[in-house]
Amino acid sequence: MGLRIEEHPILSFKKGRKINFFFEGKNMEGFEGEPIAAALHAAGVRLLRHSPHKNRARGFFCAIGRCSSCMMEVDGEVNTMTCITPLTDGMQIKMQKGHGVIKP
Amino acid sequence: MSRKTQVLVVGGGPAGLSAAVVAAQMGAKVLLVDDNPLLGGQLVKQTHRFFGSSARDAGIRGYAIAEKLCEDAAAVKKNLSILMNTSAVGFYGDTEAGILSPERYEPVSFERVIVCTGAVENSLNFENNDLPGVYGAGAVQTLMNVHGIRPGKKILMIGSGNIGLIVSYQLIQAGVEVVGLVEALPTIGGYLVHASKIRRLGVPIHTNHTIISANGVEKVKSATICRLDEKFQRVPNTELEIGCDCICLAVGLSPLIDLFQQGNCRMFFVPELGGLVPLLDVNMRTTNHRIYVAGDASGIEEATTAILGGRIAGACAYESIHGVDDKAQAIIADANEELKHLRSGSTGEKVRWGRDRLIKEIAVC
Amino acid sequence: MLINDGIFSQTELESILPSPERMKKGPVAIIECIQDIPCDPCVSSCPSHAITMKSGITDKPCLDHVHCIGCGLCVASCPGLAIFIVDMNYSNRSASLTVPHELLPIPKVGEIVAGLDRAGKAVCEAKTLKVIKSKKYDKTMVITIEVPKEHAMAVRAIKAGKGMGK
Repeated sequence: MGLRIEEHPILSFKKGRKINFFFEGKNMEGFEGEPIAAALHAAGVRLLRHSPHKNRARGFFCAIGRCSSCMMEVDGEVNTMTCITPLTDGMQIKMQKGHGVIKP
Repeated sequence: MSRKTQVLVVGGGPAGLSAAVVAAQMGAKVLLVDDNPLLGGQLVKQTHRFFGSSARDAGIRGYAIAEKLCEDAAAVKKNLSILMNTSAVGFYGDTEAGILSPERYEPVSFERVIVCTGAVENSLNFENNDLPGVYGAGAVQTLMNVHGIRPGKKILMIGSGNIGLIVSYQLIQAGVEVVGLVEALPTIGGYLVHASKIRRLGVPIHTNHTIISANGVEKVKSATICRLDEKFQRVPNTELEIGCDCICLAVGLSPLIDLFQQGNCRMFFVPELGGLVPLLDVNMRTTNHRIYVAGDASGIEEATTAILGGRIAGACAYESIHGVDDKAQAIIADANEELKHLRSGSTGEKVRWGRDRLIKEIAVC
Repeated sequence: MLINDGIFSQTELESILPSPERMKKGPVAIIECIQDIPCDPCVSSCPSHAITMKSGITDKPCLDHVHCIGCGLCVASCPGLAIFIVDMNYSNRSASLTVPHELLPIPKVGEIVAGLDRAGKAVCEAKTLKVIKSKKYDKTMVITIEVPKEHAMAVRAIKAGKGMGK
């Protein structure tokens, strides 16, 4: 049993088209428009970044863009809150260390 | 150029939608802002059938109640403007708020504002509570009921209030194994029919227990729980390790109150209502006569009481601008009557006590 | 006790069970709800008006077992999924039991399912007799199974299939 719910006794889920994206260079599948962190979660990715000072593992947490646990580098932009950012075709997702480095 | 409105409603959950709809139905010009892409607040994630009176949506699933409220809102769009993905970020002066959308920041001038910002989930201290796989109940519901993705394959639920019990059941519906539910008190906190539902599906409920650690390297592999004595101290040698890949925290909610503090509303600490809340009167008005409140921001309760409180706030806000109105009075009376009935049993005791306390306190302000 | 572990104790059960005489007369509803929560859809669901709440919406539902005809319309009306229909006269050795069900997989008529007691323990096998899906019931299915008589008062849920769906 995978993590995506194919059949549910009450709900039905409308998904966008299936697309490919890249996590740390690895090719993965997801659905257009769903939050990046949800697509990663469905693919079994739990670790999204490490905390800045104590290097602790950080992953999905609040799901509503409030806690900043899910911040990642998305198409070159650091500190993107992946739980509320929609997935697009060919997106490049990378882990960042702590607050990331903002290129001048 | 700033926006102008008569009634600004902050929050598009059951309270905010109900307040906005009533005020707009009465004839006020209303602007509702919500920082989510979807209206309905927490209702959109609720698949279970609601309790309450059959006269008011009992038996209807939460997400269907949200749909109904949205239809009511669409019916009054002549008077009601809605901005999604928009946060109300502050109050400036007596009659100005700032709203922030992805495109721009705007000032909004209002005559009255109804703050329905809901609540935030409480956290819990235990070792490794920051491990990926430790999620709040709201996040579990969002993943599962909005995005159709299971939060894990084996989940341990912490908290036996209605949220812990209901989300456990929703997890089972989504095909997730709930390996147990942990509750620090000796008794189950939520409605017992919810508890029975999950017990008969094989979920053990560990009362008098707490979680002492999440275990795993960079993701949850198990949890360790232990027994508590009557003074809530850990009982030695009662540790139990439970294999799981996800730990769900359902340990209570606290009202989201930043805007009230910005509006110089007098606040009061009422544990029975979830913590710090604005002082409010029977009209759902705070000590700032322009600011009203409804829903969980006024004290943690549930969706039906949020809807009724929102209706009262919407009608009172309208009357405070336009004068006493028969229709508004009828709405207020009906809603108060329903609230009285809903809160009359033993499960409503805490809230009744908490609300009485606030009303007594505001009377001496 | 219900409040400690979510399972009815014998004393708590006795407060809501029909009399043995009534049980012998055919299908009857059993409302396993003894808390004064604000909820009343069962009252208006009963065509025989056998369910009452005298003091209002937070009253515990009171079922007049004599007037109950065991039609089962209340089963899907209860948001707490707390109402069951038991017919001890189904056959010499079996009773029929009607339960609400909101899970996958959905059993087919004739399929053998596991009968789970209030603690989730599989205590017997049960044959699926009826599966009612009505638009009015809004995705709460009402499933009737055949159980050995000695388990009719224990079984309160079913487990169909090998897993819990995909």
